[in-house]
Amino acid sequence: MNLLTADIGSTYTKLTAINTVQEKIIATAIAFTTIETDVLEGFNKAYSKIKNIAPSFNYDKLYCCSSAAGGLKMVAIGLVPELTSKAAKLAASSAGAKVVKSYAFELSPDEQIEIQNINADLILLSGGTDGGNKEVIIQNAKRLTEIEGNFRVIVAGNKSATSEITQIFKASNKQFVITENVMPSFNKLNIEPAREKIKELFINHIIEAKGLNRLQEMSENDIIPTPLSVLMACELLSNGTSDEDGMGELVAIDIGGATTDIYSIAEGKPTVANTIIKGLPEPRSKRSVEGDLGMRYSLSSLRDEINLESLSKSAHVDMGIIDFWINRCIDRPESIAESGSAEQIIEEYLAHSAAKIAIERHVGKYDLVYTPLGETFALTGKDLTSIKTVIGIGGVIVNAMNPIDILKSVEKSPEDINYAKPIGPDYLIDKRYIFSSMGLLSKDYPSLAVKLLKGNTVKIN
Amino acid sequence: MKNKKSNNDSITIVTGVIGSDVHAVGNKILTFKLEEAGFNVINLGVMVDQEEYIDAALETNADAIMVSSLYGHGEIDCRGLREKCDEAGLTDIPLIVGGNLVVGKQNFEDVEKRFIDMGFTKVYPPGSDIEEGIEYLKDLLKVQKS
Repeated sequence: MNLLTADIGSTYTKLTAINTVQEKIIATAIAFTTIETDVLEGFNKAYSKIKNIAPSFNYDKLYCCSSAAGGLKMVAIGLVPELTSKAAKLAASSAGAKVVKSYAFELSPDEQIEIQNINADLILLSGGTDGGNKEVIIQNAKRLTEIEGNFRVIVAGNKSATSEITQIFKASNKQFVITENVMPSFNKLNIEPAREKIKELFINHIIEAKGLNRLQEMSENDIIPTPLSVLMACELLSNGTSDEDGMGELVAIDIGGATTDIYSIAEGKPTVANTIIKGLPEPRSKRSVEGDLGMRYSLSSLRDEINLESLSKSAHVDMGIIDFWINRCIDRPESIAESGSAEQIIEEYLAHSAAKIAIERHVGKYDLVYTPLGETFALTGKDLTSIKTVIGIGGVIVNAMNPIDILKSVEKSPEDINYAKPIGPDYLIDKRYIFSSMGLLSKDYPSLAVKLLKGNTVKIN
Repeated sequence: MKNKKSNNDSITIVTGVIGSDVHAVGNKILTFKLEEAGFNVINLGVMVDQEEYIDAALETNADAIMVSSLYGHGEIDCRGLREKCDEAGLTDIPLIVGGNLVVGKQNFEDVEKRFIDMGFTKVYPPGSDIEEGIEYLKDLLKVQKS
């Protein structure tokens, strides 16, 4: 059987042609995404390139994922920042959304305006454990009805507040669904139901709003958000199937124009003796999205967080060149650095910095506490020190002159005393950009997908 | 025990051992006895920061916070908890504290006064009977709830 997968990105449409009998990738092709006019133009252009490579290829099944037209933009709202607000953010991120911002406590008028300007596709509203605080989530439901926009609301908070929230949304013209609480009891994470609802709404409503319905008509399989597909590929490659062994616990990094995404498939249990675990328990499959760390659309916020002078000194690049290049990339996101140029050195330093900040937000942190019984550690988040596999996915890393220099930013160094970052892992790259494509096959052809992932993820150290 | 229906069912108590204190046994016994008495207990365990009590109380809409301390530094660890509760909007929440709260052997009346001045609602000396505390909680919170 011949399968075709399509990953409709914000810039490129990537196709992968696979034969299930030969168990191999027949061809891959890319073309510019044409979502503004008709998404099929770009798709057909890429498909004709596939036909040039493999003239006899005709697909029997088509699978698609998309992050085009801004991807799945979401806002997460909770009560306490470290509790339901964080749980809501985790639920939305692991559903493949780009969480533009998360909010806690009662929304202020300024925050209402900010949410209106974000123009999110979906808003995840949580707050309170079941039977716990309901005033804040009810107030926030009211505040959301005052915000203009076509967003839909997923309510995943205190169950005792649902009848009042239902009345509030019914009285306004806001579309909403109600699902289980993301934190039903204190420190207990329950993100699966909210994740499912996000996926359902994406398939039933967002696809059409994003101009993907003509593509959907061609495929009997639902179009899903690309990051969700990548997360599924990571899970598959980690766990394997009954026929095909997986690679065990792993971390994957994807640096893009707008966000830097980190995926970890790992239990994250403490590796240090005398450790007490603090904070919300995190899921084995965790994705974090950093909307302020990107190579183009969020380059201005990335620039604010890094020290470009040290780049200038260490790489002997003039500050003027650095500033000029960064400003150009902010004005014209399509700018591409020439191979071997000073600009490429700047690009790789930016990527290195984005990955370093993103991993430090993703991994757990150890705090040393002195007690009468001696030194004790408190761990908040996942301990990823024992992870032996770190994979770079996406063009920024894969096309770099020195991908390993970018990836090494995730490694624990002597000054990272607190961060539970990987120690001495193997570095690999997704050299043919097949992660999103393989995630799409995870339901129907899991063993084939694991095999192809293993065969095309190559070690670089 | 959790299935045992009682009229204290809807009362939520946040418990934990404050500061850098790792004494876990008393905390477990306290939780066990409170649950047995029908309270809904949010046990934060040992080495609990002031902020953690407050966060937990906010999300769960708790009726009281019970702070334990056994290692002598309770006085320093508890300072400012009432003010932080006020800041977080938990203005009238009862704060109950018990254990070995201060360094050395000190007159309990003095210790009690210091903790009451710090905004605590009730202070228990070392070796207090749990049952006594439970009766106190029942009276205090039933009055407040009605």
